Amino acid sequence: MIWLNVVIQGVLVGGFYALFACGLSLMFGVMRVINLAHGDMAVVAAYVAVFLTPHAHIPEVWAFLVVAPLFGLVGYVVQRTLIQKSIDRDPFTTLLVTFGLSVIIENLLLEIYSSNGQIVNVGELITKSWHPQTIIYISYVSLAVLAAAVVVLALLQLFLSKSGTGRLIRAVADDHEAAQLSGTNYQHIFGIAAAIAFATVALAGISYGMMTEFAPTSGGVNLLFAFETVVIGGIGSLWGTLVGGIALGVAQQFGAHINPEYQVLAGNILFLVVLAVRPQGLFGKKTALS
Amino acid sequence: MSVLTNASNPGEGLLRVRRSTHSPVYTLVGSLVLVVLLTVAPWIVPAEWSAVLQNFFILVTMATMWNLLAGYAGMISIGQQAFVGLGAYATLFFALKGVNPFYTIPLAAITCLVIAYPVTFLLFRLRGGYFAVATWVVASTAGIIIVNQAYLGGGTGKLLPGMPNLAPRSLQHLIYLATWAVALAVVTATYFLLRSRLGLVLASIRDNEVSARSSGTKVTSARRLVFLIAAAGTGAAGAVLALSQTYLQTGNEFNLQWAAEMLFVSMIGGLGTIEGPILGCIIFFALQQSLAQQGAWYLIIFGTIAVAVAIWQPRGLWGAFRDRFHVELLPVGHWVGDRKSEMKVRRPWFARLVPRGRKKPLT
Repeated sequence: MIWLNVVIQGVLVGGFYALFACGLSLMFGVMRVINLAHGDMAVVAAYVAVFLTPHAHIPEVWAFLVVAPLFGLVGYVVQRTLIQKSIDRDPFTTLLVTFGLSVIIENLLLEIYSSNGQIVNVGELITKSWHPQTIIYISYVSLAVLAAAVVVLALLQLFLSKSGTGRLIRAVADDHEAAQLSGTNYQHIFGIAAAIAFATVALAGISYGMMTEFAPTSGGVNLLFAFETVVIGGIGSLWGTLVGGIALGVAQQFGAHINPEYQVLAGNILFLVVLAVRPQGLFGKKTALS
Repeated sequence: MSVLTNASNPGEGLLRVRRSTHSPVYTLVGSLVLVVLLTVAPWIVPAEWSAVLQNFFILVTMATMWNLLAGYAGMISIGQQAFVGLGAYATLFFALKGVNPFYTIPLAAITCLVIAYPVTFLLFRLRGGYFAVATWVVASTAGIIIVNQAYLGGGTGKLLPGMPNLAPRSLQHLIYLATWAVALAVVTATYFLLRSRLGLVLASIRDNEVSARSSGTKVTSARRLVFLIAAAGTGAAGAVLALSQTYLQTGNEFNLQWAAEMLFVSMIGGLGTIEGPILGCIIFFALQQSLAQQGAWYLIIFGTIAVAVAIWQPRGLWGAFRDRFHVELLPVGHWVGDRKSEMKVRRPWFARLVPRGRKKPLT
């Protein structure tokens, strides 16, 4: 029964990892950009929810309704300016530029809000949980985050496969020059993909703030988990991201169950094993590698 | 220097291929003067300055190694803090075994090399961004493994034992000389490495990997060799970092900030030039010293400059300067010029006192 609880907690955390990672996966899939500032954008979203939305008399629980669209806008602008400029140079420049952004954001947050831990206030909800068995606790917040992850992934899948814009995004991801030749403004489509990615990362950041304390430096370690999720699940596969997140979450919970210090280590080991045995990930295609 | 002879008129030299844009005597004399000055510096400048110089040398070592990895071999790593930490903790490990900490520097470099070798087989399955992230995972894993070794201080940290029993000032000088010697050795070794066959191989991979591969260049082994050298050099930097800090903590030694600093100074100075990272380090320390009172602002400003340089001046400040004025202090490539332009390369007056040796014609 203890092990069942470990698996359940792993699945719950895994939902969060999938929500966190899907924007990263989308940006890599469409633009071949690895956004190293992804984790820090999530932290910024959480700070905005805690410090700025109360000014607009919006309760922190509902902050995501404002912050996610706002981040979508930010994502579009950042993509069309900074990231597009570095894509035009070469793939390395995007890594360097996003890593630079990450350090800038982290230190700015440190200067403005200090390194004190913050939390997105959800009121009574944080303490409530459902426990069907004596030792199994399912926190409502974690369950909501898992549900949000599934909904976001399903909507994203639906959007990419059914809508016109989704088709354009897939076309541009396959070959942006060919899409350009057939009359698509690929830079605009890149911008839309980035907007979606940033909106999801805002959701992930606020969810993170609801589940646990965050600080300016939380971005880095979460980015690491998001990457592990993407690589384990398979590059460019949305449902793979969910499976990858759950695999990572379960591995970490197993590690933590043996020794709390092994939580991150267990995830890293799973990542390295997947890398060694199946580098394209559980659901990835081999072509995504090079 | 060699003379390419004109086919129709074998007696007359037409084109000259040379390394330097100026007489190499300048570089040689300049470097010698600099080496002597920096060696005697701790006896001349105030103690605070030599402490800054010490950190400068450590960063120069790390940045030179990172530049070799990213600028010459095209491997962007954000996990080099793994080797900073492993180097530092190798020093601690051997010092705990009773080795004089100053003698552990080569041991730390070798330890990092040995650890890096199996790691390359895992990392080299990935390219580009995924390679970068995987190096980060490796660094995180290495940090967690070390933090769980109670023998090495665990999470609370440990004092480096066995420092020689000297007056504080003499010990400071000794530590300064160690950091300086490591930086000098790493930069010199990189310079000669890039002038060697490996340098040519790296240049061919950088220019066109596919054609380099198809003409028989062993791309993967060249990359692996560079990764190992960078691991060893970064490990040596970690070892002297341990000497200068004396109190080791995993949070400090395995900090991502090392990777950020290596990356930023190389980018600002100019990737793919030896002088670039050194110039970047000078700018970094100038900013850090002048903004020391303002907390983390130097990193914010430095990061902004780095992003701006990456987008608008991708060859870096030194790269831009070199392209504009055709000056190379430590040339690793070749220039082709005709006799006329050759005449412009004047030897300094003190070199002209010695007659030129006879040049061998290249046939």
